[in-house]
Amino acid sequence: MPVDSFKFLPRLIAAFYKTNQVQPELPMPWTPLPGPLSACKFALVTSAGLYLKSQQPPFDLERERQDPTWGDPTYRAIPTAVRQGQLGVSHLHVNPKDVQEDFNILLPIHRFQELVEQGVISELADPAYSFMGYQGFPPDASHWRDLYAPEIAHRLEMDQVDCVFLTPS
Amino acid sequence: MPVLARTLEAAGFATILVTMMPYWAERIGAPRTLAIEFPFGHTLGQAHNKNQQMRVIRQALQVLEQAPEPGTIVHSLEKWPVPPKQAMQDWQPAQPSPVVELLAPRFRELLRRRRTSNED
Repeated sequence: MPVDSFKFLPRLIAAFYKTNQVQPELPMPWTPLPGPLSACKFALVTSAGLYLKSQQPPFDLERERQDPTWGDPTYRAIPTAVRQGQLGVSHLHVNPKDVQEDFNILLPIHRFQELVEQGVISELADPAYSFMGYQGFPPDASHWRDLYAPEIAHRLEMDQVDCVFLTPS
Repeated sequence: MPVLARTLEAAGFATILVTMMPYWAERIGAPRTLAIEFPFGHTLGQAHNKNQQMRVIRQALQVLEQAPEPGTIVHSLEKWPVPPKQAMQDWQPAQPSPVVELLAPRFRELLRRRRTSNED
């Protein structure tokens, strides 16, 4: 059975999503794996809205409350040595309770450290990165595409990363 | 998030996206996707359920390794171990998001009009 994208969505939002007519821009980009997974260095990117409470500002939810059609496009670099209590979650569209208990459900730092120990992958890049998934209505991903993703790409290149594991919220 | 996958892939990284919304991955064109029928905010599983999280991650790595062409979407068979009604309540914020509060009346009206015109 294929995954039903709308299974957990309220009917109103699902019905609205289904009205869209987007088609992918072609050609789709493609970078082959450079070698076996066991030789690959991974970076983690999520859109969970995570930030380091002591050192980073939360995502700008105040502006979103003022202007509900706008979403904060910035990102935060999260050191992979982070402890659970050090992370805040700013996201007005999901209940943050479970990710506040275990960030691995959206930013799987500990699972990837285990994969390194098991020799499944070669390395985990430090830091990981978090965006906040709501990008306005209608969604405007231009800041991600034109500014922040290229910035992160540059940092990943400096870090000699091969693969990126992405988890939306 | 499929936009980030595309941009990073174009910059020279092999990307894998895990998502509960393959609908968008397909329409925006993510290079490699593992689709998972989990509630929002729980892409890799339940808090503290390490085995479940690792199963999903390993499936995703398999997709990364084996995807034959750009736009590959593999559908995971993992099931969310909570009844759907409960799961639907659990993931949603206590307060509706500002945009839902703002637009819900307009959405309702739009869908009502569409239904009426379909009935005509």
